[in-house]
Amino acid sequence: MNLYKDRILDHYRKPRNFGRIVKPDASYEQENSFCGDRIGMEIKLLTHNPKLITLGEIKFWGEGCAISQASASMLTEKVKGKSLGEIKKLGKEDILSMLGIELSPARLKCALLPLEVLQKLITLL
Amino acid sequence: MLDTQKIRSDFPILKRKINGKLLIYLDSTASSLKPQLVLSAMDEYYTKFGVNIFRGLYKLSQEATEAYEEARQKVASFIGSQTPKEVIFVRNTTEAVNLVATAWGMANIDKQSEIICTVMEHHSNFLPWQQLAKNKGARIKYLDIDQDGKLKTQNSKLNGIVTRKTKLIALTHVSNVLGTINPIREISQAVKKINPDCLVFVDAAQSVPHLPIDVCDLGCDFLAFSGHKMLGPVGIGVLWGKKKPLDEMPPYQYGGEMIKDVFLEQTTFAESPAKFEAGTPNIAGAIGLGAAVSYLQKVGMENVRKHELLLTDYALKQLGKIANLTVYGPKKAEERGGVIAFNVSGIHPHDLAQILDEDNLCLRSGQHCAMPLHQRLGISASCRVSFYVYNTGEEIDKLIKGIKKAQKIFKV
Repeated sequence: MNLYKDRILDHYRKPRNFGRIVKPDASYEQENSFCGDRIGMEIKLLTHNPKLITLGEIKFWGEGCAISQASASMLTEKVKGKSLGEIKKLGKEDILSMLGIELSPARLKCALLPLEVLQKLITLL
Repeated sequence: MLDTQKIRSDFPILKRKINGKLLIYLDSTASSLKPQLVLSAMDEYYTKFGVNIFRGLYKLSQEATEAYEEARQKVASFIGSQTPKEVIFVRNTTEAVNLVATAWGMANIDKQSEIICTVMEHHSNFLPWQQLAKNKGARIKYLDIDQDGKLKTQNSKLNGIVTRKTKLIALTHVSNVLGTINPIREISQAVKKINPDCLVFVDAAQSVPHLPIDVCDLGCDFLAFSGHKMLGPVGIGVLWGKKKPLDEMPPYQYGGEMIKDVFLEQTTFAESPAKFEAGTPNIAGAIGLGAAVSYLQKVGMENVRKHELLLTDYALKQLGKIANLTVYGPKKAEERGGVIAFNVSGIHPHDLAQILDEDNLCLRSGQHCAMPLHQRLGISASCRVSFYVYNTGEEIDKLIKGIKKAQKIFKV
């Protein structure tokens, strides 16, 4: 089992959508106390179609292991332009197939932290 | 150095292979491996006389009672306790701390009281005191560490922090992260000089398994440790306490053999240790712990210490050669136990531990239940290796090789 595939390491070293948004619609940060990983996320919505609110901009910040950071980087790419309903439906399997690796239960927490943060974030809207 | 080859043959788990490769166990601070002798002792209890103690007049129960009390005696002499009555069997170090914080704390702490703790404590020797202080409106103060990870306990510092209001100081003997060996005897003496009524509680979870310990020499009032970190089974630990505070403390839990007389209106309680051992105890665990004590005595605690000192010294030197690697805690091996926490820049501790796991190197990554210490060090997590009687220099070489491999993967 090699978790550290080039794609993961690439996202870890050059995270996509890393940073902050000016005047975000919602912002949330969470820590995984087991390992000290920390992920924060901010979003800005596209609100021109009230029936289908979609994600316009998304940024994340934080620190942690390669798995949590790469997961956040890939997730932010994946959800841009998606509706809130679609994001709510995302689960463990989606993250695992996105990462393309198998994870032990302890590391699963690292991989799922960004999704937890995002899903908590949209409840704050 | 110890005859590690012979010692290793006593540990069945070291014969186990994962992915065709042997284990390199570097996490004895979390829990040690168990020798066959310990497993057999517990097996013998369940096979030959697996019944309750104290209550039966029949032969089996008498045998079980004898074996249980013999284990207590063994533990007492192992730590230099003058009487086995001062040795209370609990589940683990955490329960021992909670016992004192609850039973002694509820009776002795009030709004005017002060409790002292340190920033290097494991959560187990910190949370019960923090909560006690909170519940009672008492004040809790902390001893800080210096650049080297050593407690700031010079007289001037203690003079400033220990007062006539201080009821208890709770501190670890050996830090489970920094490895720092705290000078308990000197601290006890200094504290009692300022306030003779201040009790000293020692978390010895990382010292009793690794150093020769004499509770009388340490001058403390309470000392706690776990069986599973000293080659013994899980679910058994020890609270040692001086007779006086134990006599004055109310029970911690009620029921079972902890009574003298029970009437519908009132109850009188047994003396220590029975007073603090409510319900059927972990009989097999105590017997297993007794066997672990025998094993360690046969090896000799001076030899255990010497062996770990050599390994720690070697590991510090080898780790010191790796670029961008930071070791936390005292620089000299003789000032620390056989535990080393470190970080490699550019690699998160979890990632490093995961890569090392590919070669069956078992070590810990995270905060090691010492979050305030990590905050004090300004880091979110660390990697930690720890040694025991079965570890070898070759295993440290493999660790170094593994770290270099991880640096290559992460290109740092």
